[in-house]
Amino acid sequence: MLALVSPALLVILALIVLPVGWLAWQSIYHDGFTLENYRRVFTEEIYWRSFALTFEISLAVTLIALLLGYPVAYLANAVPKGWSILILSLVVLPFWTSVLVRAYAWLALLQRTGVINQFLRYLDVISEPLALVHNTFGTVVATVHILLPFMVLPLYATMQKIPGDLMQAGASLGASPSLTFFRVFLPLSLPGVLAGCTMVFVLCLGFYITPELLGGGRTVMVSMLVSRNVELYNQFGAASAVAVVLFASVLLIFFAVSRFISLDRVLGQK
Amino acid sequence: MMRASPARIFLYVISALVLVYLILPVLIIAPISFSSARFLTFPPPSFSLRWYQQYFANPAWMQATRVTLTVAFLTVLIATPCGVAAAYAISQSKLRIMRVIHMALLLPLVVPIIITAVGIFFVYAKVGLVATMPGLVLANVMLGLPYVVISVLAGLQSFDPAQEMVARSLGMNRLRSFFAVTLPQIKSSVVAGGIFAFISAMDETIVALFISGGQYQPLTKRMFTALRDEIDPTIAAISTLMTAASFMLVLLASARQKRSG
Repeated sequence: MLALVSPALLVILALIVLPVGWLAWQSIYHDGFTLENYRRVFTEEIYWRSFALTFEISLAVTLIALLLGYPVAYLANAVPKGWSILILSLVVLPFWTSVLVRAYAWLALLQRTGVINQFLRYLDVISEPLALVHNTFGTVVATVHILLPFMVLPLYATMQKIPGDLMQAGASLGASPSLTFFRVFLPLSLPGVLAGCTMVFVLCLGFYITPELLGGGRTVMVSMLVSRNVELYNQFGAASAVAVVLFASVLLIFFAVSRFISLDRVLGQK
Repeated sequence: MMRASPARIFLYVISALVLVYLILPVLIIAPISFSSARFLTFPPPSFSLRWYQQYFANPAWMQATRVTLTVAFLTVLIATPCGVAAAYAISQSKLRIMRVIHMALLLPLVVPIIITAVGIFFVYAKVGLVATMPGLVLANVMLGLPYVVISVLAGLQSFDPAQEMVARSLGMNRLRSFFAVTLPQIKSSVVAGGIFAFISAMDETIVALFISGGQYQPLTKRMFTALRDEIDPTIAAISTLMTAASFMLVLLASARQKRSG
């Protein structure tokens, strides 16, 4: 049996375990043991600001995705089967479109001569084109778009398991629909909320293509810090240290979340 | 249950808006790709195939397309048997280490892709695999493996291993009984896993940005660099083709999976 897994395991060991180990080693070893790279990551402003910005954007994206995703998951759960299949298909449709294609679409929609600006000018709502892209706004709009399915799917899966009898029981005891929602349904859906938020937050932490293409060079997220240190500055030690801190953050979040819900629930959707 | 209360109306309106937000960008690409305008104008002034012509006439785009397709096919050819063997072993073995191995095989989904990309770049730089075809294929095999493993494990769950035992008690060896009894029954999930690995290899961008170069650059890398410089409608044409290809493959995969129950 071990012989059967060995080809797959070998590929994984050589191309993900070894590289990540290499990064960790490179971050602390350069002609001898050094913590210089970590000192820079934790003290130099450019690194700090990038980490802070990445966490802020990830938090904003997660909250927006939750606010947008919850009603959709709720509706998909409340309507007859045929409708819920339609809603879920629309949710996963963009999921199977390349991230690059969607970045292009958002550029086409949001840029100064883009569809939205042209439309608003045609309606005479604005006289000057709005700066919708090449900034944090554009990054967030496109990132939420890409990550929303990761929010809706676990929410829907959790809501489906909430017995409808409970709502009826609440209603029969005289509670208003909104009271049964807030006192019964919402608390029972919290595991799905946690699973969805974790996935969206963690994926957003490592985002690269969207901030690079839609951020206009000003929205420097951590992953861009890693790539710039490699490609532009040849600072391999610094890049490795940033990568290690990013990976450690991701593991820490998974570990913290695993104390509340099973990780299968979080990862099962991907 | 479905009364037209204000809360209901709010729910419908907000959900409809979110769904429009989700699908509008996917739908906007095709009209742009068939537009005659040099710059993005919407609605397009007139219909034209010039961006498709520009794509098919450009040797650099064509070379990149060949690289992408070659990488995707080779990835499926290597990742599928490796993933099937691993999934079969995981489902059959009671060794405790298998749980750890199972987790390890799903690592590519958990490690932020930028870290994977930079890490592979460093390792490849040491062994001389940067900007080579084998390097590109190998990286995509690694990234595609989890999809095969997950899909095949799901297929094996609905398969009764006792059937294979019967075949073996009738004198088949393990290998023959696998190919004669087990594989035909999990075929659909194997094909679905392979298709997902194909799509993953076709769409992969970030690892390719770091480890590919020269004549072995996939489509996505060239698209990314082109998008950084200017918005060329040729990319809308390529995007439309890519989207159509992935949708057809996904439909194929889900039809397959449904048949396997």
